[in-house]
Amino acid sequence: MAVAELAPQQTLVRKERSLWEEAWIRLLKNKIAVASMIFLLILALVAAFAHVIAPYGYAEQDLINNNAIPEWMLFLMPAGAENYVKISDKFPLGADHLGRDLLSRAMYGARVSLGFAFVAATISLVLGTIYGLISGFLGGNLDNVMMRVVDFLYAFPFLVVVILMQTYFKAIERRGGASLFFEVNDAMGGMLFLFIAIGLIDWVGTARISRGQVLQQKRMEFIEAAKAVGASGTRITMKHLLPNILGPLIVYTSLQIPGYIFLEAFLSFIGLGVNPPTPSWGIMISEAVQGLRSFPNQVLVPAVALSLTTLAFNFLGDGLRDALDPRMKE
Amino acid sequence: MTRYIIRRILSFIPVLLAIALFTFVLMRAIPGGPFDFAGDKSLPPEVVANIEAKYHLDWPMWKQFVSYIIGDDLLGEEGASKGVIRGDLGPSLRYRGQMVNEIIKTTFPTSMQLGVLSIILALIIGIPTGIIAALNQNTMADYSSTFVAVIFLSVPNLVLAPILIWVFALALGWFPVAGWGAKPPFMLGFLPQVSELFSWSFWSHAILPVFALGTAFSASVMRLTRGSLLQVIREDYIRTARAKGLSERAVITVHALKNSLIPVITILGPLFAAVVTGTFVVEQIFGINGMGKHFILSVGNRDYQVITGLTLLYGLILVVANLMVDISYAWLDPRIRYE
Repeated sequence: MAVAELAPQQTLVRKERSLWEEAWIRLLKNKIAVASMIFLLILALVAAFAHVIAPYGYAEQDLINNNAIPEWMLFLMPAGAENYVKISDKFPLGADHLGRDLLSRAMYGARVSLGFAFVAATISLVLGTIYGLISGFLGGNLDNVMMRVVDFLYAFPFLVVVILMQTYFKAIERRGGASLFFEVNDAMGGMLFLFIAIGLIDWVGTARISRGQVLQQKRMEFIEAAKAVGASGTRITMKHLLPNILGPLIVYTSLQIPGYIFLEAFLSFIGLGVNPPTPSWGIMISEAVQGLRSFPNQVLVPAVALSLTTLAFNFLGDGLRDALDPRMKE
Repeated sequence: MTRYIIRRILSFIPVLLAIALFTFVLMRAIPGGPFDFAGDKSLPPEVVANIEAKYHLDWPMWKQFVSYIIGDDLLGEEGASKGVIRGDLGPSLRYRGQMVNEIIKTTFPTSMQLGVLSIILALIIGIPTGIIAALNQNTMADYSSTFVAVIFLSVPNLVLAPILIWVFALALGWFPVAGWGAKPPFMLGFLPQVSELFSWSFWSHAILPVFALGTAFSASVMRLTRGSLLQVIREDYIRTARAKGLSERAVITVHALKNSLIPVITILGPLFAAVVTGTFVVEQIFGINGMGKHFILSVGNRDYQVITGLTLLYGLILVVANLMVDISYAWLDPRIRYE
């Protein structure tokens, strides 16, 4: 009886949903994006609990079994590999040239990649959004000066600047004593400096988009209305502008994430990333490329991990874009 | 238009000066000098001081920079440097007896050939697939090519290069593992010899690195072409073209395509500059003697002149490429005019 009475009411009133809820529901309908999200969640858990799950430590060496591979991976090896490889099932995905477990190193490597991607994206989103908000909202001469600064930073070859900064940090680290700063960086395996280097330059692109969005939204009637009822500048930016410009900025940042992962791998590949023996997928590839002819499996493990992760971020980013701005899908 | 171009070219000067100054200052801020060798190779401080004096590293910073830009003689000092304004990028501090100009001359052509080939590959794969995907929106062809594009974008050349070598060079043995097929002297200073261009040796060496570098670009080109063509074919002038009875083929090739290429052209500017000046990873993995490695080694070596010279060259290529991009807008879209 009670059910029968309630039913008509429910059909009459459609539940009101906020823009974000709508976007979330659209995102959940995208199967590939959901699968990517699950994959990344699992990866994040693996990274967070690497010290519990990983079968070995990332620097734990078993020199007798260096370059060992498990039997099931033999099909990957070049012809005649039986004559030189040590077949041992001790390591689920084999060991590297120093006898370290590849699976464990790949798990710890996820920490570096995901951690860097997350921090870099957050820094760039926060700094860039604030910079663009201030510049776009206040306008005038201040806007002019702030945007010239952005143009100036934009003109520099990004990679050269990152390389210069990382070299600088590594050099002062080698020289410097035992300040807290270096200790923290050491504890993080050299990641703190990576964060600082990226944080100092990477907000520029976000700032441009943020400012562009502000300029667009500023002319809208709801801002005019807010001004008319006497809302303060801070209130207008925080309550009215920010929520409206956040969508495109989140989409932009999420599509940048694969780039951050590539950048970390690249820097580690050229020896300017994390400090060995901290594993990173870039370092693992750079070490394994030397022995590519004899031990292709050692490249494959970090390569697959890296590619799957960026693939998932790309799919998730595309899904977010379609969900947050359905017009862009057309 | 001419006035616009001249104004733009004049604006290059402060930009390039700023790039040079920035690199110059930042490099010198890094602790350690070009003549700090570790262990057995380390030099007594007197010797280091002597070498540094030879390269004017004992001068105050502003003077070093001015001499780097305008040359020693215009500064009224003894010295061989003719300055950047006369095309002299100075000596390398690490490779004794080599000038930065020589380093560029020997390594830049190879990097440029590799880079240009990979951009050509990106365009001939990316544009047609982008068009096909856009014209067949929401069909199997569209879904599968967008899907493949995401995969291409997700595999960095750091991963692709070793895998290509492993599969096509080592396992199948179709191509050489490493090296580059064109040797100096180059035609016009940067092109491979005609005989090399028509030899299997050149192409067999080129195919793998070009694919390793170009695959990801082809995916970006494809996505951009698809996205912008989808927008363009909804425009009014396309409806007009259809309404006046043009064939679908003419509508697309004559009216839609030209406009939809604008985003593709836009990314080509920075992409060209980045790729042509050498990509460390691909050159390193394929053992190609290109310019990419000098960007990285010279910073580690504190080879001040080399890194500043290379960054300047990069900056020059970037601003010129961006100018070309802006000029080509006017050709692609007649509504765009420059005053």
